[in-house]
Amino acid sequence: MFLARVVGNVVATVKDPALTAKTILIVQPIDTDGKNSGQKMLALDSVGAGAGETVYCCRGREASFPWYPDEVPTETAIVAIVDHVQVQKA
Amino acid sequence: MQLARVVGTVVATRKDPRLEGKKLLIVAPLTPEEVESGARQASPAKANYLVAVDTVDAGYRETVIIVQGSSARMAATCKDIPVDATIVGIVDAVKLDEKK
Repeated sequence: MFLARVVGNVVATVKDPALTAKTILIVQPIDTDGKNSGQKMLALDSVGAGAGETVYCCRGREASFPWYPDEVPTETAIVAIVDHVQVQKA
Repeated sequence: MQLARVVGTVVATRKDPRLEGKKLLIVAPLTPEEVESGARQASPAKANYLVAVDTVDAGYRETVIIVQGSSARMAATCKDIPVDATIVGIVDAVKLDEKK
């Protein structure tokens, strides 16, 4: 799982039936300081995240588990909205 | 999930029986910026092509959503078939929020 910021959204009318009524957002992975790290990607939203929010995402087969037992074709899902992050610097 | 553009088709006669009747397309992954700015396709220098099974009747030059890995098998008509990239949506619009 990794931290990310919601930076946009995607609209698609023709899509897999399992994706109907689900939100596809563009997320930018970030590090613990909030700086961008890595490439933007599309993520399916399971928690109702909005623009600019810090979220954490789950990748791989497990990304479809928020909708279990439905099998949703996504490899990245937003599974939580982050309130705050605390990192102890050595 | 990733944005990509359809850039070609693949024809294969000898293939796994479970792939019969599946449409195979060549797609080039794109960044959200490239799609939003209307770039025709990824610059050839960094173009990275994939063969993907089409489940939504996408066409040449359309912008699509692809899924890769085991999630690709979760698409409607791809249960238990040997695929690792599937087209699951046709993109109408991409909106990136303003840079702060």
